[in-house]
Amino acid sequence: MDALFLSRLQFAAATYFHFLFVPLTLGLSILIAVMETKFARSGDDEYQRMAKFWGKIFLINFAVGVVTGITLEFQFGTNWSRYSRYVGDIFGSLLAIEATAAFFLESTFIAVWALTWNRLSAKAHAVTIWLVAFASNLSAVWILTANAWMHHPVGYTLRGGRAELTDFLAVVTQPFAWHTILHTLSGAYILSGMFVMGVSAYHLLRRQHVSFFSRSFRMGTVMALIFSVVAVVHGHVQGSEVARVQPSKLAAMESLWETKQRAPQYLLVIPDEKRERNRLELGALPGVLSLLAYHDVNATVRGLKDFPKEDRPPVTLTFLAFRLMIGLGFLFPVLALWAWWKRHRLLESPRLLKVMLYSIPLPYLACQAGWTVTEVGRQPWVVYGVMRTSDAVSPIAASQVAVSLTAFIVVYSLLGLVAFVLMARYAKRGPAMETAQS
Amino acid sequence: MLATVWFLLWGLLWAVYFMLGGFDLGLGVVQPFVARSEEDRRLIGQAMGPYWNGNEVWLIAAGGVTFAAFPTTYAVMFSGLYAALMLILFGLILRGVALEFRHLGSGSGWKSLWDACLFVGSLLPAFLLGVAFANIFQGIPIDENGVFQGSLLTLLNPYGLLGGLLFLLLFVEHGTLWLALKTTGTLHDQAARLAKGLWWVLAATAVGFLVATWFATRLYANYLENPMLFSVPIVLIPALTVGALFAMRFFAARNHWGRAWVASALTIVGATFFGVVGLYPNMLPSSLNPTYSLTVHNASSSPLTLKIMLVVAVIFVPIVLAYQGWAYRLFHRKVSLDEAAYAYEEA
Repeated sequence: MDALFLSRLQFAAATYFHFLFVPLTLGLSILIAVMETKFARSGDDEYQRMAKFWGKIFLINFAVGVVTGITLEFQFGTNWSRYSRYVGDIFGSLLAIEATAAFFLESTFIAVWALTWNRLSAKAHAVTIWLVAFASNLSAVWILTANAWMHHPVGYTLRGGRAELTDFLAVVTQPFAWHTILHTLSGAYILSGMFVMGVSAYHLLRRQHVSFFSRSFRMGTVMALIFSVVAVVHGHVQGSEVARVQPSKLAAMESLWETKQRAPQYLLVIPDEKRERNRLELGALPGVLSLLAYHDVNATVRGLKDFPKEDRPPVTLTFLAFRLMIGLGFLFPVLALWAWWKRHRLLESPRLLKVMLYSIPLPYLACQAGWTVTEVGRQPWVVYGVMRTSDAVSPIAASQVAVSLTAFIVVYSLLGLVAFVLMARYAKRGPAMETAQS
Repeated sequence: MLATVWFLLWGLLWAVYFMLGGFDLGLGVVQPFVARSEEDRRLIGQAMGPYWNGNEVWLIAAGGVTFAAFPTTYAVMFSGLYAALMLILFGLILRGVALEFRHLGSGSGWKSLWDACLFVGSLLPAFLLGVAFANIFQGIPIDENGVFQGSLLTLLNPYGLLGGLLFLLLFVEHGTLWLALKTTGTLHDQAARLAKGLWWVLAATAVGFLVATWFATRLYANYLENPMLFSVPIVLIPALTVGALFAMRFFAARNHWGRAWVASALTIVGATFFGVVGLYPNMLPSSLNPTYSLTVHNASSSPLTLKIMLVVAVIFVPIVLAYQGWAYRLFHRKVSLDEAAYAYEEA
């Protein structure tokens, strides 16, 4: 195993792990901010107890998100130095702006928020969590803009052996970035909404803190419902953007080998990457893929064979991850709508509550699958069409990376385990102990 | 010109991180030596609690600015110092989690696990950042392609180790002064005594480091050769640094802990600037051949990126300083256990 392969594994492990914690930070911060705002407006202290209960879980989640984010920034330098040198002019500046304009705000006010419950007025305290919510979402906007540039590089010129910025506005306003942002944030909000619904369902099934968790459940439902619909509708728009900008990724997502006019959408496909064909194609809906990708049933969709072998992404993984994400993506609005329907009869709907409880992992799975489609589907490029991943790796010894990768796996596994146990413990305990103590 | 401005800002960001992150790293290291009881440990945790997260962002900003303004330096520095940087990062993960998780469980095994993580996780970055920067002052074995021809052991040379020790002592003294400032009673007395005693070790190490710098690096020669550096910086920076070092002891002896801490902060900033400015125009001198060195000019970003980043920095850095300053004021009171805040409630 060479430094390239090990570095890819390490980066994948570090980003997957980091993104287990990011989405909940993005959405739950907003829900907590809404709870505190309601408390500040109405004086109903159940909202404050809600903010405190969810806030505890939020803080545990946040801590792991922060510490695992730092390693990502530095891994570009440690493992992808040739990439860093090549694109630092653009990519590096977006990361630096993220730190200065967003991450400082988030990190400073998370501490202020956590430590000033008894010191600031209800309104001022609500402002601090709004700042945290705003900053963490703004942070995501900058990071995703940087990521989008790797998929669709714009506003640059190749000069002196590197990509140099020529048009900053083009980089930060390009539609591909805004699609990535909207889609990722939607996913994060679905996850957060369903997390709150699932934990609430656990307590409602036990008929404890009924008012407290019914309110929480309903807030989660609103968030999950809105954004699961947004994700489906907008996901389609984004898909056609991918078709336009990254045709090889689209072909891999669909496991489409031959270029076809009036390309069909199959209900069941089993890819056979070695023989460059599909082992099974069932249930053809003629022209539907062309329609979905280009809004025209007669449009031509490029197949994988249209791209040189060395320019094709891994097909099976991209394809499966895409199907998984899509499947879950269609399930979420159904679940959210069901919950919305029953929102005033939660105690009488144990089946709904059970389903919501066991659905907590699903949006996590969908988020990870979505990133798999995005990043694996971009291969073999690190910057689509401009730089290959194999040209991006640092000139370092494989043994070094093997050691650090092992350390990552050990440390992150333990960290993940501890975080999970802590979050589960606080979630199960519910708010009662909380109030007894504070 | 633009690149030179960014070089100074680059040094400033690292200096600010050492100044702010330094005291909480130092506190993490000194904790097992001054804490006599669980109460002491919780107080020390509270002395860092509101700040460590915001402090650490200065490291992220320093890293980000290295990436944005000097991508080649970023690439060579972090891939070259791979093992050291990984150890620093794992240290920061452990201590960050330790600070946030320790109070969430109640078993003594749980608490000592995180105490150990806090200690190791603070010691590694404090020491290795010093090792890394001393090696940069000295020059690292990079070839004409910016490939590092060495290992972690290359960095652990006598001068590098001395640099590590100096940083460690600077941070520990800085953290101990902070603790003396934030506490009362026996914990305060303990910290005060340690800070006063430790100062002599720090001063001796600093003198040793300055002497070793003469032999191990080209910093002094660079100051003398470079007319721009020879004029103001060579007088001002050492005067400030040494003055602040003595002021630290002066104020500590009079129990003016706030002023002593500010003096310590100035010492750290001064020491960082003494090294960084002495490098100019180099950023990463090559110990193999001076022509392989990365300089402000051959490692910087395009003028457009530097300009945009400058606008961002001019707008946001003052804003950041304003609200971080506000947050420091908000928690200016001495720490106490009666005021068990929400975040420190035990499980």
